[in-house]
Amino acid sequence: MRRIYLDHTAGKPIDERVLKDMIPYFSQDYGNPSSPHYFGNKARTAIDESRTSIAKLIGAEKKEEIIFTSGGTESNNLAIKGFAYRNHVKGNHIITSSIEHMSVINTCKHLSKQGFQIIYLPVDEFGIVDLQSLEKEMTEKTILVSVMYANGEIGTIEPIQKIGDLVHSKGALFHVDAVAAAGQIPIDVQKEEIDLLSLSSNDLYGPRGVGALYIKTGTRIQPIMQGGGQERGLRSGTENLPGIVGMGKAAKIAKAEMTDEAERLTRLRDTFVKGVIDLIPESFLNGHPTLRLPNTVNVRFNYIEGESLILSLDMDSVVCSSGSACTSKTLEPTHVLLALGLKHEEAHGSLLFTFGKQNTNEDVKYVLDILPNIVKRLRQMSPLIPKELIE
Amino acid sequence: MYSEKVMDHFRNPRNMGEIPDADGIGSVGNPTCGDLMNIYIKVKDNVLIDVKFKTFGCGAAIATSSMTTELAKGKTLDEAMKITRGDVAESLNGLPKIKMHCSNLAADGLHAAIKDYLKKKEE
Repeated sequence: MRRIYLDHTAGKPIDERVLKDMIPYFSQDYGNPSSPHYFGNKARTAIDESRTSIAKLIGAEKKEEIIFTSGGTESNNLAIKGFAYRNHVKGNHIITSSIEHMSVINTCKHLSKQGFQIIYLPVDEFGIVDLQSLEKEMTEKTILVSVMYANGEIGTIEPIQKIGDLVHSKGALFHVDAVAAAGQIPIDVQKEEIDLLSLSSNDLYGPRGVGALYIKTGTRIQPIMQGGGQERGLRSGTENLPGIVGMGKAAKIAKAEMTDEAERLTRLRDTFVKGVIDLIPESFLNGHPTLRLPNTVNVRFNYIEGESLILSLDMDSVVCSSGSACTSKTLEPTHVLLALGLKHEEAHGSLLFTFGKQNTNEDVKYVLDILPNIVKRLRQMSPLIPKELIE
Repeated sequence: MYSEKVMDHFRNPRNMGEIPDADGIGSVGNPTCGDLMNIYIKVKDNVLIDVKFKTFGCGAAIATSSMTTELAKGKTLDEAMKITRGDVAESLNGLPKIKMHCSNLAADGLHAAIKDYLKKKEE
């Protein structure tokens, strides 16, 4: 039986067209872009083309504002550390949100051990960053504000332009982790007053191990890795040529197909959410009802635990992810759901379904067919369930 | 991640449910940690003639509950008190390391149920 993959936030398949464009750069056009000869030129041209495609995807003014990294995690590290180290004389105060990706949160924690003061902004019950708190927390020592474009676990889209305006009006700069959002919803770094923006290739259906950082002209950061001075001295290390070519192609496809695909995914998403809420008593949508990524559904089912739901769905050929971190390296529920104000047991009972290009209406129908029975079976096992819910 | 035995007990849990007129009930864990187990026992002539469970928790929590009831059924109270978390994990052909501590509570639940029975008997 075909497996239904609904875990696209964890990992996406590479688009076949992307793969095809990458292949020659492994064994035919394998030059080093730093070399002055034919092979070097060819590699350099390919990388520049990729830079242009990525700049276009996010509305950057110039392709030179894009540098390549090894992925979203490195882009977030480079943006935040690189900016903090370069600008610490102006201030030691950095503001971020409480629902950022761990590569932002742990980078900030790392900086707090080195004399930086970090504020983690609260979010409301839907995961929207509190603008009043932001305004209140900003001081003349604030050098950087880092807020994600959209959250990959609950799908909530942040009011980026409003945050950008506010941050700039107070004289700080603005970093945005757009890993989950890019390729799904339009991004315009100029209009939205973004100074630094992190991207990941795999989230665009490109290869893993590649990412990019947009650095607005005039934004000063310093490298966090020393070496041969590639990528304008900001990211040393020989360029991952096939990967970069792949990311560029993925960005190009995303730009061309995003509008239609977002519409399609939104329909699938909304049918699925409605079905779940209608068919399963005491099930709730986590995150914002409308300001959410087209592909992301996070739902919670009272009285049961996420990992046993994942295992049960997996037995029926449906693959998804858990709000419960019981499946991950720690047993704590994810910080994102707790930041929404959910209780531990509610966070433990949450499931994350992320749709992708290959998913269809039939997939949604199938999952809606099996999920109510799975929830029912696990609830029958649960000592927490109130008597009236057991028929 | 889990052994085939764990998955078997997760898929087809043995002795799932409540015993309405249980002689002893043991409750361990808490929903905050993501695991809560109730073990119900029925005792006759010092022997566990029936053992059932209800569990909120991950795959390991459900499988260890199921395995514990299977190990305990038919045992004398003394024998059942000697069943350890290690015995349960071993009978399931092992558990992932991270699950050994938090989700492997069912033996404790069984012991709590027996103590509950003994306490009630005294009264």
